[in-house]
Amino acid sequence: MPGIYRRILKWLDERFGAGAVEEFLRHKTVPIHRHSIWYYFGGMTLFLFVVQALTGILLLLYYRPTPNDAFESIQYIVTQVPYGWLIRSVHSWSANLLILTVFIHMFSVYFLKAYRKPRELTWITGMFLLFIMLGFGFSGYLLPWNTLAFFATKVGTEMAATVPLIGPWLLKFLRGGEEVTGATLTRFFGFHVAVLPGLTTLLLAMHLLLVQRLGMSVPPGVERAIEEGRQPARSMPFFPNFLLRDMIGWYAALGVLGALAAIFPWELGTKADAFASAPAGIRPEWYFLFAFQTLKILPAKILFLEGELAGLMGFTLAGIVWVLVPFLDYKAGFGRVTRFFTGLGIFALGYMVVMSALALR
Amino acid sequence: METPGRIPNDGVQSRRRWISLLLGSGVLASIASFVYPAIRYMIPPPIGESTSRSVVAASVNELKNNSGKVFKFGSKPALLVRTPDGDYRAFTAVCTHLNCTVQYRSDLHEIWCACHNGLYDLSGRNVSGPPPRPLESFEVHVQGEEVIVSRSA
Repeated sequence: MPGIYRRILKWLDERFGAGAVEEFLRHKTVPIHRHSIWYYFGGMTLFLFVVQALTGILLLLYYRPTPNDAFESIQYIVTQVPYGWLIRSVHSWSANLLILTVFIHMFSVYFLKAYRKPRELTWITGMFLLFIMLGFGFSGYLLPWNTLAFFATKVGTEMAATVPLIGPWLLKFLRGGEEVTGATLTRFFGFHVAVLPGLTTLLLAMHLLLVQRLGMSVPPGVERAIEEGRQPARSMPFFPNFLLRDMIGWYAALGVLGALAAIFPWELGTKADAFASAPAGIRPEWYFLFAFQTLKILPAKILFLEGELAGLMGFTLAGIVWVLVPFLDYKAGFGRVTRFFTGLGIFALGYMVVMSALALR
Repeated sequence: METPGRIPNDGVQSRRRWISLLLGSGVLASIASFVYPAIRYMIPPPIGESTSRSVVAASVNELKNNSGKVFKFGSKPALLVRTPDGDYRAFTAVCTHLNCTVQYRSDLHEIWCACHNGLYDLSGRNVSGPPPRPLESFEVHVQGEEVIVSRSA
């Protein structure tokens, strides 16, 4: 066996160049310090994304994206198809855990200031990936065509209509017409299974390439401690040492997903009816709750603006600031302590947590 | 000093620039001609609004006092309310805030949107919560056994 293994390696080496693959794998090391735990969340997010892609492909075998068939096809998947309940529940649970790990990854990178020069583009591609993951969540939520999804989509797309100038155009583009109908379902299906996966592949390749090229960031505090000789600079090779640790996490995640799917199967709800009232207690998925609660609290008019437009503008502005944070907080790149941005992060996290808690009351 | 038969250098330059301009605008025009239909394609053609100006919303004995019903009026949902006094009122059921479908709350004697907790009174006026405008109201007539709702002229 070792003979064959060596011969295959030699064969590959002759084609890829002297030890290129090995060099690529050996290039990356993972620093060891008291914040090292946060390095796991990027890999965990990637793993959950792979779970989403695989279970998504399986769901595609039976799912039918039309208003007459969508709800029934999922009913069929979870009641008739062998292990359909498992695949569907894992897809839903993994989606939610994925959003959670994306946010943990983003906030840990933010607070450890890993966006500092030269990692601005890593941060920006990461932020766009986060927006795309929210897009996956929003578009995928409609696909079962149940009541909750129907009204969530009505509200979410109506928000787009408040955008100045292009709002009405955007609304029609998203809904495939004036109202949320079968046309909307078809579009969201297309976004969910074609447009967003394509964009993700592109951005993810850039994101990973940058991580590979620039290596892992060491937090400023740890960096200073190493420079002042208070702490040794320790690291481990990414391959295979850190990857094996990653894989232990992934294996555990698979177990958690299976358990969640078996113990708390994802509900399907009732089929959407365009001529029924919105049910009491309606609310969006947990990761949109902070925005939902903001909309609920905002009055009809703020100065000369409609309440929801003011809210939308606030969130858009916050999003732009967040994407551009490596440039706004450029002083952190020179090793300066920038407490303002740490405070801003705490405020943002606090706002999201408090608003979500209020919405759950 | 110009050598006969030789094109001066800036002549070549300006001719190059001219050709680049032609080529560039040609390429831009063809890109535009590809992109324009694609963008127009994304917006579906308008569906003819239902011309029906009135619809049978319910039968006379269907609604008790202090209750409401959502019915289909053209392509949109509408709400028929029978007040505690037995009067009929009809409004669009589309909340003016963010498009959810409202319902009649018999405990509040008001019209309520479950999505963001908006309230309207029995004249359709937005009285509390985020809705920015009142609900559009319709005319209600009782003809024989039928409750007929029609758009105000």
